[in-house]
Amino acid sequence: MSLLEVRNLTKDYGEVRALTDVSFSVDAGEFVSVIGPSGSGKTTLIRCINRLIDATSGTVNYDDEDMLKLGGRDLRHARAKLGMIFQHYNLVYRLSVIENVLHGRLGYKSDIQGILGLYSEEEKEKALETLDLLGLSEMVYRRCDQLSGGQKQRVGIARALIQDPKLILCDEPISSLDPSSSKIIMDYLKKIQTELGITIFVNLHQVDVAKRYSERILGFNSGRLVYDGPPDGLDRVQIEEIYGTEAGELIIE
Amino acid sequence: MSTLILSSASNGRAKRRANRSIVLRQLTLPKLALRMTLLVLLAVTVIGFATIDTRDTDLREATGESARYFGIMFGSPEPSDQVTFGHAARQVLITLSLAFLTTLIGAVVAIVLGLFAARNLTNPRISNIIKGFISVIRAIPTVLWVLIFSIGAGLGAVAAVIGMSFHTVGYLLKAYSESFEELDAAVIEALRASGASWVQIVFQAVLPSSITYILSWTFIRFEINFAVAVAMGAAAGAGGIGFELFQAAWFRLDIAEIGYITYFIIAVALVMEIIATRLKRRYHIHD
Amino acid sequence: MTPDKYFRRQKFVLTAVLVGMVLITLFAGDITRFDTADAFTAVPRVVRWSFRNFIPDEQAVSRLPRILSRLLDTIYMSVMASMIAAILAFPMALLGSRTTRVAGWLAGAARGFASVFRNIPIAAWALILILAFGTSDFTGFLALFFATFGFLSRAFMETIDEASASSVEALRAAGASYTQTVSQAVIPGSMPQMLSWMLYMIETNIRSATLVGILTGTGIGFQFDIYMKSLQYRSAAMIAICLIVTVLVIETISNALRRVIL
Repeated sequence: MSLLEVRNLTKDYGEVRALTDVSFSVDAGEFVSVIGPSGSGKTTLIRCINRLIDATSGTVNYDDEDMLKLGGRDLRHARAKLGMIFQHYNLVYRLSVIENVLHGRLGYKSDIQGILGLYSEEEKEKALETLDLLGLSEMVYRRCDQLSGGQKQRVGIARALIQDPKLILCDEPISSLDPSSSKIIMDYLKKIQTELGITIFVNLHQVDVAKRYSERILGFNSGRLVYDGPPDGLDRVQIEEIYGTEAGELIIE
Repeated sequence: MSTLILSSASNGRAKRRANRSIVLRQLTLPKLALRMTLLVLLAVTVIGFATIDTRDTDLREATGESARYFGIMFGSPEPSDQVTFGHAARQVLITLSLAFLTTLIGAVVAIVLGLFAARNLTNPRISNIIKGFISVIRAIPTVLWVLIFSIGAGLGAVAAVIGMSFHTVGYLLKAYSESFEELDAAVIEALRASGASWVQIVFQAVLPSSITYILSWTFIRFEINFAVAVAMGAAAGAGGIGFELFQAAWFRLDIAEIGYITYFIIAVALVMEIIATRLKRRYHIHD
Repeated sequence: MTPDKYFRRQKFVLTAVLVGMVLITLFAGDITRFDTADAFTAVPRVVRWSFRNFIPDEQAVSRLPRILSRLLDTIYMSVMASMIAAILAFPMALLGSRTTRVAGWLAGAARGFASVFRNIPIAAWALILILAFGTSDFTGFLALFFATFGFLSRAFMETIDEASASSVEALRAAGASYTQTVSQAVIPGSMPQMLSWMLYMIETNIRSATLVGILTGTGIGFQFDIYMKSLQYRSAAMIAICLIVTVLVIETISNALRRVIL
């Protein structure tokens, strides 16, 4: 039984069809990259999985739960087991690093605990461990607007990790970063997959990065899944099918 | 519970209390300032309510009464013998005209002053003098300007328009000089290098490149000036729909008529707000 | 389009706009009976008049205690109106904001409600409320409150959308509930900006309170009106000076606070 199973997923924005009949499955422990040109539906796909966007039809099965049928408390619990990191980090910039990390625990807490920001000692210890893992133990109380882009993204990763997720969705995690920060972030994601056994599902703009880090690549064009296979299988013909003829020449040296 | 941290140097490693529990939040200067400000404002509010003079109005009764009045105003507004549709429309036109003339005069003065206040077109000393002068002018409420002018220069549209122009100049000056300052320094440098005079730079580069901003800001001020002109009609005898409202509320005590007039005012204001919002969105203006 | 044609068309548009403006100006001048010649001499006349009549004398100084007490009432009133308006505008902004709205129709209703409040001029509020509440400070407070409420509702909606949209998305993705998201992302993210708007409204309301005072017969505005109408211009000048000082002091304090909290 796979960890994530997407069947016949379709999403319409009014007249425009963003995703067309997408089906694939992801096994526990995989590192899967999603590539495709801008507007090919990558971002919509990720948001349909954790229901930030409601799909028009199809099913999403995550950890034996039918995501699209959940509501209220059940949806919150399902989301809590599913981490997400964002292109623009999406932190509360006026709060400290540790407060932002602990936001990852809100899905497990009652309303009143969450409103008052009451976290247990175990949760705080876990937050420190996670920050240590990501090399941020020197800036526990630093306000997030004082961090560099790469550091902000590491806080985003820590927030996802403290959720204890089986899978982390990453929406273009390195698109706003310089090459060296990008490498650090991708290395951390790889480490999380290999050492913690957490499944990584990542949208990427850069084909070379996707090929270097992932075990499997999904290629999208205009909302359709046009490639599903290992990085090695991605030849010139496949790239052209994903990105169009001219772009293909540019990407394959 | 929390430790006060005033410097940003010590916001690194986790801190633990005597029982090894982890400190989660630290009180920083911004947080402290924010809380103190809220606390002071809240205290002033409470004291204010405790001591406010209601002139023995029964507040519960008055609330019920005003609810009933609002019901009549918005539910069954009616024109009266004095305020017919034609009359109200004419008064709205007068108010709009006052606002228009104010905006026009204000805009002309503000463009000239704005050129001298923009930091890239003048020296900082002149810029600061103009800006300081404007902040004093803006400290005096518009109604005071209008009242001073109506005594000092005689009642009438002139006193109202010039009195209202002061804040208009202050507002537009800031908007204009900021849009002048956005002009790329390189453009000015290039023109200067090719031997253009200051006047030529202004007319060939500065004004053409900021004209759309100038026009949108001017319209936004026109929208504000409509409300100002309503107020001045009511409070300073400047005429127009505001004066009608004042007459209806103070002397004729005709609720249905007040409702009728209010609808006229809201309708004009809403139309202008929609236009202003579109302009702001189009030119990415944040006021 | 040839360059020649382009310039000719541009010239035509410019001329049309200018002619239109001139026509509107003539119409506006006519309907308001605006005397242009009078306008050009008005400013020098008022300056001359001010130097002769609008400088505080000893009597004006002796009235300072009463003036300051009225001024204090006005300050209280504008703080109260801004504070209460802010407290009520926040839930309204939560409902109306694109980021935190609960349902589409409710957001539309909240936005429409705030828009009506904002578009009724403060003078209209004062005159409407005076019918039921009579001439008292409380009427002035209510008028300021309603106008401020309309303004802050929209300002807070925009602040919430700008300051917390992305973090709200992240917290929802992590399974946080609505109330948790509001208290952990929206409030910390937008509080400083919202406080800045409140400070702005306090400054504005001091000026508006003067206007409302004239209409409702209360506060510093009414006192000014009385002095002007009873030809005691020098005492009125004292009020103007006190207002300038007050507004400038409040502005300075607000700006200093903004530098710390923003």
